[in-house]
Amino acid sequence: MPKLKLEDLAEVREKARKATSLREGAARVKMTVHMGTCGIAAGARKIVEAALREVEQGDLRDVMVTTSGCAGLCSREPMATVEVVGEAPVKYVDLTEAKVKAIFKEHILGGKIVEQYALAIGSERAY
Amino acid sequence: MEDLSLHILDIAENSIAAGAKRVDIRIRESRREDLLSIEIADDGSGMKQDMLKKATDPFFTTRTTRRVGLGLPLFEQAARAAGGECRIVSRPGSGTSVTGVFRYSHVDRQPLGDIAETLLTLAVGNPGMEFTCRRQTDDADVFFNTAEIEAELRGAPIHSPAGIAAVRKSLERLREGVTHAVGNR
Repeated sequence: MPKLKLEDLAEVREKARKATSLREGAARVKMTVHMGTCGIAAGARKIVEAALREVEQGDLRDVMVTTSGCAGLCSREPMATVEVVGEAPVKYVDLTEAKVKAIFKEHILGGKIVEQYALAIGSERAY
Repeated sequence: MEDLSLHILDIAENSIAAGAKRVDIRIRESRREDLLSIEIADDGSGMKQDMLKKATDPFFTTRTTRRVGLGLPLFEQAARAAGGECRIVSRPGSGTSVTGVFRYSHVDRQPLGDIAETLLTLAVGNPGMEFTCRRQTDDADVFFNTAEIEAELRGAPIHSPAGIAAVRKSLERLREGVTHAVGNR
């Protein structure tokens, strides 16, 4: 193994900082829209657009909308994972713009999971 | 994929997965030369020669969540269907550049689609990364750069309501620059 340099340590710190910033209160809620080829083909970009409109319209400074790759359940795309700080992540499937609106209203702002749109409550990956 | 802007989003997602810090998108639309070219270049990890050969094979993928990888094959197919081709240049450590060329007037050429929405998704969804887009037509040449927006925001995150609004505003200029350029001259 090569010798660890100061820059490597800085990189490790940066990575850890990024991974923990959610917990430190940078955002109360993180919504991750899955953007694999499957997600994009199924309309994930429209889902991001709808989520960003909700953030803008509600001036939601503590909600972060981000993207990630394929979660491995391509047939249920578009998908998004909603993580509220301190709670288990919820994975929503077969999304539409109307469902996004409902998820913002009931889950992200209201604190109540929209069970009928959720696939599972648990980790970022589907299996 | 319904249009080329979605392909661009998909190829750029590859760049993000390859650890890129910067992605440069260049679109050239020339009716005069009957040519549309799209280049997506990144400073990600790059690919070795043997992986490069397999990159457009649908049954090759680096991911572990599924066994097929359709992003590049679909882009290549779209280019070929429109009388063009797809070229990939890549070296480990020096990034990857994917270029698709299309015959502009080809009946099977997919429309460009909403490039602004693709850039919005990339910029807001990946804070800390830099995205640029240069869009050239026969009469216009417009440029979009997330670094400029971040500088204007003075520390406010790009995914905040103010950040999203700033990106939208900047993208409007990109869109209008192309539509009104002819009239302005």
